[in-house]
Amino acid sequence: MSENTIKTPENLVYEKTSVMTDRVLHYCPGCGHGTAHRMLAEAIDELGIQGDTIGVAPVGCSVLAYYYFDVDMQEAAHGRAPAVATGIKRVLPEKYVFTYQGDGDLAAIGTAETIHACNRGENILVVFINNGIYGMTGGQMAPTTLEGMKSSTSPRGRDVKTMGNPLKITELVAQLPGTYFVTRQSVHTPANVRKTKKALKKALEYQKLNKGTCFVEVVANCPSGWKMTPVQSNKWMEENMFPYYPLGDIKVPEK
Amino acid sequence: MKELRLMKGNEALAEAAIRAGADAYFGYPITPQSEVIEYLMRENPADRTGMQVLQAESEIAAINMVYGAAGCGKRVMTSSSSPGISLKMEGVSYIAGAELPCLLVNVVRGGPGLGTIQPSQSDYFQAVKGGGHGDYKMIVLAPATVQESVDYVKLGFELAFKYRNPVMILSDGIIGQMMEKVELFEQQPRSKEEPEWATVGKKEGKDSVIVTSLQLQSEEQEKVNLRLQAKYREVEKNEVMYETYNCEDAEYLFAAFGSCARITRKAMEMARKKGIKVGLIRPQTLYPFPADAISELSERMKGILTVEMNAGQMVEDVRLAVNGKTPVEHFGRFGGVIPSPEEILEALEQKIIGG
Repeated sequence: MSENTIKTPENLVYEKTSVMTDRVLHYCPGCGHGTAHRMLAEAIDELGIQGDTIGVAPVGCSVLAYYYFDVDMQEAAHGRAPAVATGIKRVLPEKYVFTYQGDGDLAAIGTAETIHACNRGENILVVFINNGIYGMTGGQMAPTTLEGMKSSTSPRGRDVKTMGNPLKITELVAQLPGTYFVTRQSVHTPANVRKTKKALKKALEYQKLNKGTCFVEVVANCPSGWKMTPVQSNKWMEENMFPYYPLGDIKVPEK
Repeated sequence: MKELRLMKGNEALAEAAIRAGADAYFGYPITPQSEVIEYLMRENPADRTGMQVLQAESEIAAINMVYGAAGCGKRVMTSSSSPGISLKMEGVSYIAGAELPCLLVNVVRGGPGLGTIQPSQSDYFQAVKGGGHGDYKMIVLAPATVQESVDYVKLGFELAFKYRNPVMILSDGIIGQMMEKVELFEQQPRSKEEPEWATVGKKEGKDSVIVTSLQLQSEEQEKVNLRLQAKYREVEKNEVMYETYNCEDAEYLFAAFGSCARITRKAMEMARKKGIKVGLIRPQTLYPFPADAISELSERMKGILTVEMNAGQMVEDVRLAVNGKTPVEHFGRFGGVIPSPEEILEALEQKIIGG
């Protein structure tokens, strides 16, 4: 069957959003970043805000996110994305501003920036990809690495007595009066992908209300860092990550 | 219209920021510069011009807010004092790498470490040699008066946008805290321009704008470095500022900047009364450094004394400029101690004339 016979109008039920560029993603096979990117891009597309959106990329696996999102973007120093986003939003309050950060960036080196941006109720969207490991630097322990979980800097498993406990930063920011909508999702099944997209779209819509920070965590797999196949990693995530990081809304706007 | 006021250095500088049409200020309290943010909060420039003022959770956050707002093409400023400036240096390196304009103020206090809250010039190296990581330069302006603090805010923003580069005003605890007569310039309108390098939202039919300092290919990073270096050569060619006093007949030369230059000027006058023919060069830009002027002057000097409130920093740049043509010595008090004109004159007599 040739490509042309597949791409007939009646077969075209799903297209790549124009908010994603044509660049080939550098992410490892099976990684959740690509899907999370796409859901955010589709949400921006469907809201028709591509020309009014400014994104902030972190340091981590998604450091090159600005190659993939076809919106104006800034690359922040490690952990500082919420401060950079604050600077953008304060001078361009009418624009939609988001950060896209991993767990090391957001919950270790950038903890202060995360907490204080949320505490000020900056009208930004924080997208938090939590895979419990430092992916880009080669699989070191993250603030969200589970107890007993092995990494290159916890080769015998995370010992919480000496290495601290996995940080539930999403529950933490939900406590702050400055956050408006806080949710935890995943992108490992079609149903979950749809829920994540819905959450992202809602979060962007809320930005118009100026009611505070929206915080969307996506619990994700890291097949390379976890040293598993993509399928194994998704199973492992369900069995180990979700019990500690349960999916669902944590803080929803009061009706 | 001339508007004369008696103002404290830090407050005058804050007022100048509003009048220069700044879009935003992000800061964090630290002695001896907290009056900058206090003045701005009291003045509430959002009502006057729409300028945004925010107290950040740290100097690190403040400089990264500067990065974000500067990346949107806005006129943005932050200020701090020595330990806080060290914290900002990561962000300054990113700003220099991403080629964003911004204005930084360092009201220097003595170090190292927490040091002292008293005035000092011990951050000269940090300001002119980089401070953060990587090959980059800030344009560094050194005011000696409250008036210059005000004028350099306006000039600083102009230079920052002309070269898309961070500009630092290297003040100190004396200039920040003292009150002087100052003539304020008129309110400038905030700019409505949207530079093509600014992230203000992707324009239809145009490529998205990316603000970044990252290049994963070494050849690409080298291109960035070469572009930056070419820019710095332009800055060196065009922006050197200095003043000379009594250099026409001078046999000896003082070199001093900022508040220290004022004390040194007094020492020069005392020396002249004693019949010692000494002049003074006061660099107003520390980067770019007036190396050519110093080189030229050095050819007819029997010796040069740099006077600094540090253990000897600018003296290295003076020696490089002089290149062995005449002896160059340093006299300094540090740790927050301010030298007296008498001891500066004594140092000239002992280290240069008698040396």
